[in-house]
Amino acid sequence: MTLLYFAWVRQKIGLSEERFPLPLQVATIADLVETLRARGGGYAEAFAQPRRLHAAINQEHARFDARLRDEDEVAFFPPVTGG
Amino acid sequence: MRAIRIQTADFDPGAECSALAAGRPGIGAVVAFTGLVRGDDGLSALTLEHYPGMSEREIARHVEEAETRWPLQGVAVIHRVGSLVPGERIVLVAVASAHRRAAFEAAEFLMDYLKTRAPLWKQERRGAKTEWIEASDADEDAAIRWRRA
Repeated sequence: MTLLYFAWVRQKIGLSEERFPLPLQVATIADLVETLRARGGGYAEAFAQPRRLHAAINQEHARFDARLRDEDEVAFFPPVTGG
Repeated sequence: MRAIRIQTADFDPGAECSALAAGRPGIGAVVAFTGLVRGDDGLSALTLEHYPGMSEREIARHVEEAETRWPLQGVAVIHRVGSLVPGERIVLVAVASAHRRAAFEAAEFLMDYLKTRAPLWKQERRGAKTEWIEASDADEDAAIRWRRA
């Protein structure tokens, strides 16, 4: 899948986009958050408080229990502050 | 007519409103909201980031919802991204309808949803210090009141 990061999530991880083959044990966004957090470093910082994060699957807001497919584009970002 | 644009360039609110109503005599009301960068507490600049593709789609979804709730004849939503200084225009929501009430209400609905759902983020700069703005509960409450029972 493709992972995208925005705002301070992007800054902590140090990347705006990466390819990430969906591991077998990762079924939902919540699972993905745990897997990414376990990478440590900036990932651990970015995903330290998942409640502060929002996610989108294929450019639509998604809940953390939403299921993932390897062809998905998944984005993580802070609560939005446009307007 | 529907125009949704995310751009770094400035826009002309008057020209956008004229374009919405041009050649369509059934339009009796155009309501436009223009948001400006407010230079309070020593703010020197705002930098806006967005999720290209999703921001346009998310705005389009809310414009479609507005069109089901009010009899609208035209909507323009323009949001700037990049670096902006106090006093600069940042966002335009313009709505055209036969009568004013629908135009006022739909413009407010769109602004409330833009602030809480469209994937855009503001970073403030004060001198050498930069900080991402935190989402506001007041903005969330403003959007929630539009939910249908």
